[in-house]
Formats: sequence, structure tokens, C-alpha cells
Amino acid sequence: MTTQTANNKTGPTDARERPAVSAAGARKVAEREALSLADETSKIEVSNLNLYYGNDQALKDVNLIVPEKRVTAFIGPSGCGKSTLLRCFNRMNDLVDICRIEGEIVMDGKNIYDRDVDVADLRRSVGMVFQKPNPFPKSIYENVAYGLRLQGISSRRVLDEVVEKSLRAAALWDEVKDRLQDNAFGMSGGQQQRLVIARAIAIEPEVILLDEPASALDPISTLKIEELINELKRDYTIIIVTHNMQQAARVSDYTAFMYMGNMVEYGDTDTLFTNPSKKQTEDYITGRYG
Amino acid sequence: MRQWFKSGTPWIWLNGGAVAMCMIMVIGLIGLIAVRGFSHFWPADVAVVEITSPGGEQTTIMGELVRSQVISAAVARDSGETVPDDIDLVTRHLFKLGNRDQTGRDFVWYLELGMSPWQYPDDVFVIERREWGNFYGQPLALLREGNVVSTPGDADFWPQLQDAVDRSLALFREIRRLERGEIGRINTGIERLRLDERNLELNPPPADVEARERARIAEATARFEADYAVLREELDAIYQSTRRDTLRMQTADGTEVDITLATIVRVTAPNAMSVFDKLVQYVERLWEFLTDEPREANTEGGIFPAIFGTVVMVMVMSIIVTPFGILAAIYLREYARQGTMTRIIRISVYNLAGVPSIVYGVFGLGFFVYFLGGNIDQLFYEASLPAPTFGTPGLFWASLTLALLTLPIVIVSTEEGLARIPSTIRQGSLALGATKSETLWKVIVPLATPAMMTGLILAIARAAGEVAPLMLVGVVKLAPTLPVDGTFPYIHLERKIMHLGFHIYDVGFQSPNVEAARPLVYATALVLVMLIVILNLTAISIRNHLRERYRSAGD
Repeated sequence: MTTQTANNKTGPTDARERPAVSAAGARKVAEREALSLADETSKIEVSNLNLYYGNDQALKDVNLIVPEKRVTAFIGPSGCGKSTLLRCFNRMNDLVDICRIEGEIVMDGKNIYDRDVDVADLRRSVGMVFQKPNPFPKSIYENVAYGLRLQGISSRRVLDEVVEKSLRAAALWDEVKDRLQDNAFGMSGGQQQRLVIARAIAIEPEVILLDEPASALDPISTLKIEELINELKRDYTIIIVTHNMQQAARVSDYTAFMYMGNMVEYGDTDTLFTNPSKKQTEDYITGRYG
Repeated sequence: MRQWFKSGTPWIWLNGGAVAMCMIMVIGLIGLIAVRGFSHFWPADVAVVEITSPGGEQTTIMGELVRSQVISAAVARDSGETVPDDIDLVTRHLFKLGNRDQTGRDFVWYLELGMSPWQYPDDVFVIERREWGNFYGQPLALLREGNVVSTPGDADFWPQLQDAVDRSLALFREIRRLERGEIGRINTGIERLRLDERNLELNPPPADVEARERARIAEATARFEADYAVLREELDAIYQSTRRDTLRMQTADGTEVDITLATIVRVTAPNAMSVFDKLVQYVERLWEFLTDEPREANTEGGIFPAIFGTVVMVMVMSIIVTPFGILAAIYLREYARQGTMTRIIRISVYNLAGVPSIVYGVFGLGFFVYFLGGNIDQLFYEASLPAPTFGTPGLFWASLTLALLTLPIVIVSTEEGLARIPSTIRQGSLALGATKSETLWKVIVPLATPAMMTGLILAIARAAGEVAPLMLVGVVKLAPTLPVDGTFPYIHLERKIMHLGFHIYDVGFQSPNVEAARPLVYATALVLVMLIVILNLTAISIRNHLRERYRSAGD
């Protein structure tokens, strides 16, 4: 973990332009990944990941490298396994009794499925935002402070500071600063979703997983969330699952297309949308199925 | 017609009809109970009627009309009345004559035949007494130590009488305070000393300690007895004083009766009262009913101990059942592995709700009272044996039995509440690095509180109305003391209690004086219904308050 923090600081990511990835459609996916990786610092490496729900295989031999401080999008038709893959990164699949996982997910040099990994610790460094806003039945303030209180932080000063910082980072501060003690359920759906994001970043994770964060929201709220994602990627590695291909194209740097549990194609977003290398990808993004 | 059926209108009518039926039944039930129960407290006029029997004998009766009915002459003849042959139907009236000490029967049916016009003389007094029920009669004189001080002709007769009644009531309250409070305290103290002594015999300590203890006990006992002697003297003086005044009355048939004011609760002259006076009287009597103790084998006086007992029992039950039910439900829903075992447990719990309540009573008596209570006595109350402390029916066992009875209700509704909480909230908390128990206690349980409250509401409603098991495990027809009072430890879980439901049964079906008890049955039933409504409304308002807080969580 310490080496990673050092990495973060020295990582050549922030100021850089988007990497110039070759647009050659003929290249194989693996090569494209290799090429991306040559320019990026990798945050998470997935190798030979297989996931089973009972006897059904939901993920088939997935290999993937998630670059640091970039937005990576997973697209694909319903049931293709993109949410399942996302949930592997913070081990949410552990909650499903019949779920079985093979393979490795290495984050900062450590396999997160190793026996000695504390799941709660992992989830603290890999935050997650769900499809439907799920604030807790508490005040706005307490929602954001929840994660900190879990860590035993109860100093009013620290909490106030973090709550304000997180709400500002989630572009929500100006809207709610006068009613922090109000119940979070009184907010609009878009505000709730940003509150949930604020809640996730309050505990300063390294990675944020977004599971269709805007699918339950109106267009204006969606726009706000997307702007927020653009802001957040300066500090966080973001992985987003979305149904909406325009959204993927708008917000992500890299995109993975999944189909039936397979990682069909993975590459930088521009290339994947303009010049996909696989027929399936092309069919999907041109709306022929899915 | 076919068109009409197809349109769905009959279906709507059917549904509407069902709702209307339900409403009519509920309103009818409450209405009947309310009318019968509340009318009891209205000071009825007292009629004086002269009846000439077919044989020419004249009798005069004085009393309140209870109700009238028309019966066929044949029925009247069967019951020994003489009815002329040309009459088919006769009206008969039930009179409350009171004066049970004089005549032995206070409710009598009279045929209308031969009745003179009813009169309502202003000077008829209704005297409510602590014994023998009401007395109806006309006053002759107020006596003080055997001497006439005032007669009805005097202008100040009524005020003097009321003063005398107030005085004797004050003395009565003083007596009760002394007997219940002071002497009760002494009795408790002496009993405690007796137990100490018994303990010494059972577990003899070293000789010197024992001697010291015995000396202490002897000294304390002597002190208590001295206190008691003083009190006894004081009491005797008051008792003497209460016998000072006597009211000389004349009954309808002309007999003179002396009634000592010590036994009088209230003297009224209903025929002379205005509607407003009667209203005041009505409220007074209703208040007395709610706050006073029962008299005359529960057929007179109030029902306060029963109300109090019911409330305390339900509260103790809630305190027992809530944590147990909620913890069990949380374990079943959140921690237990969902499989055959949990399914069996769940089915068992659901079926427990369907077990007849008397079965719980039998179980409570056999297991709680005799087994648990008996063992508790052996272990902790050895000194007071063979008189049982917990090994006999009492408040705690009644509450525990009811807790067992209502446990399934709480478990089921808590489980449903937990199941309704969206999994996204759960995941949201877990995704922030919370452990399962942190998630449970900080997010899930607060969200499920309205469901838990719903369960508790249902449990309270069920428990407050339960009678059958309580008869076995702690409810009695007349409890000498309340389960909560000023002597340590303030809440006496081992005491027997009175209960409204059982009170209804007892007054209605075990009372020697059916006619006198009838209105009280309705009034008590009304109080029970209202009590349950109040308990429910309290719980519902708490629940709604909680729900408001967690309003859209279930969306």
C-alpha cells in the first residue's frame, strides 16, 4: 500500500494528454492493452478471472488492466457480466452465497482475493456507487460522515471538514450547505446520487466503482454526474458501468465491451467507438443488437 | 342484465357491501357497549308506585326503572302472576329497589296491571353504600350521637347532611391511608423480620452473629409493635368518630331504618336534580368508576385496579417480548443460513401464533409458575416457604406467558420489515467498509423500527384482550394490592393482579347479582376497548413518527 501511495505521488498521470493510441483496427485486443499500458500506470490487473453463480459461469477468463486516474467504462448488453465484474473489484460478490471466483485481481501488487485481505479495508479503498441512489435514513451530514464514523473518527472538527470537502468535491455543497441536518430522503434523485458519491469519496478511496450511476436520473442530473466524473478522475481511478453508449463515449478514457461474460474488446474509447476491431463490438455500438 | 354483470358493477356493489357490513358491525358493537355502559352512570329518577293486586292488597314500591318489556299473559301466569283472562299481552317493568339488607331482593319485575300513576317525589334519597348496595327511601332525620340535629323540614337539612357525609368520607380516606400506608409499612417490616429470623434458623451463622441478629430482630419487632399500638389507637378513635352521625330513613313500606354515615358513599336526591346537576353527578360517578376500587364483589365501585393491572401487565410483556422477538427475527433473517432448518423454525414460529391461548396458560402454569417459580423460591426465597413467592401465579408469570403468546407476532412483523429493506442500502453501507454488524445496527435496524413497532402494536392489542391464559397464571378477581406501590422494590412482579378482561368475565358470569352487574359489564368492556385503542394509538403515533423519518427508504 505504501509503495502505491508513492506511486500516486510520482505517477505521471495528471498533466498528461490522453495517450496516443494507435487506431489500427486490425490489432489484437491484447496488443492494444499492452500499448495502453506502456503509457499508463496500471492500478488494477485482472488475470484469467472466472466467476460462477452456482453452475452458471458469469465471467469467462477475463483479462483486463485498469489504468490509474483514468475513467474506464464497461459496456455491453444486459446480463453480459459487466456489473458482476465491477463488483469483483470490491468483493461485493462475496455477499452472494453461491458465487465462486477463480483467477486473480491484483491491485497495487496485491491479489485482493488473497486470504489475508480484510474485506472491509478493501472496500474502504475501493468505493462504490450504485444504480439507484441509496442514501441512509439519516441526515445529509451523517450520510457523508458515516464512513468516517465507522473508522472511529468522531472529532466534530475533522468531520465538519471532511463533510464539506466531500460535498464540494461532489458539487453538492452549494445546494445543501444550509440543510445539512435534513433527512437525505428529502433530496432529489440527482442530489441523492451526488450525495452517495460524496459519501464514497469522504473516506478517500483510491478507486471508485460506478454501477450505472445515472440510469435512474433525469438528463440534467445525468449531465451533472458526468461533469462530476470528469472532475473526479483527477484524483481517483474510476470504473463505470453503463448502458448508455453515448455516456461511455462522453466520460470514459478507456472502454471495455463485454458480451456473455467475455471481454470482447478493450481499448481507448475513441478507437473502440470509431474503429472497433471486432464485429460484435461494431454490431453493438451501431445498435444492431443488445 | 348480462351487460350489467359484464360491466363489473355487481362486483363493486359486493365489495362496497362487504365494507358496509364491517362498518355496521363495528359501529353497532361499540355503540351497544357505549350506550349500555355509559347510561349506567346517569342518575335515574326514582319512581314511587302503588300497586293494587287483584286480591285488593296494596303495596308501595320505590325504585329506578331498569327496563320494561311486553310478555304474553300466559308467561306471566306461569310465573305465578294473576292476569285476567281477557288480556293477552301484559307489560312488565323491572325495578331496582335497592335495600338489599331489608328485603333481600333488589331487582324485581312488576306487572303494569294495578299500578297507580307513577310519582317522582322530590324528597326521595338514593344512598350509595359500601355494603348492601343502594338504599332508596325518604329521610326522616339526621342524628348525631343518637340525638336529632336536623329534620327534612329544616332549611339547612341538606347542607348539614352533605357536611356530615363529607366528614365521614374524609375519615374513611384517613382510615384507608393509615391501614394501607402506615400499617402496610409496618406489616412489610415485620414480615421482613420474620424472614430474617427464618433465615437464621435455616442457615445458622456463628453463635455471636446469631445472637446479635436475634437481638436486632427482637428490638426492631418491638419498635414496630409499639408503632402499631399507637396507630391502632389512632384508628380506633377515628372508627369511633365515624359512627357519630346516623341518617334515619323511611322505606317505601314505611319501615324506619337507621343508616350510619360511616357506610355511606354518596347521598343524592335525583328527582330534585336539574339536568345540569345530573350531568355533574354523572361525570363524578364515571370518574369514580375509573379511579376507585371495586366494592360488593366487584358489582359496585370502580375498576381502577383492573385498568392498572392490565396496563402494567401489558407493559411488562412489551419489555419482555420486544427484545426477544427482535433479536430472534434479526438472527433468522440476517445471520442464519437460509435453508431447511430456518424454514422449519419459521414454520414453527408461524404455527405458534395459532396455538390456542389457553394452551399457553397451561404451559405457563406448569413450566413458569410451578417449575421456574418453584425453583426460584427454593433458591432465593427459602425463608418464606412454604408460602410461595414466585411459585404461585403472579404479574411476572402472566406477562411472561403473554410474551410467549405474542412472540410470533413480533418475530413475523420484524422479519417482514427486515426483508422489505432494499438490498441497495445494505450494499451501500458494506461498500463503505462497514462490517455486517455495523451495517445491521447503524442502518438496517433503524430502518426496520416501524415494522417492529407494528409487531408490538399487534402484540399489545392481542395481549390486552387475552383472558383465558391469564386466569391460570396470575389474574384474580380481587387483588388486595396494586402491583406498583411505594414500598421497595416498587414493582412487585410476584403479586397477583386484576385484569379488565377477566373482570368482565367475573362480573358478568360469576356475580351473584346479575342485574346489578350487567351495566358494569358493558362499562368495563367499553373501558377495555378504549384502553386497547389508546395503547394502539400511542404505538401507531410512535410508528408514524418513525416512518416519517425514514419516509422514502422503502421506495
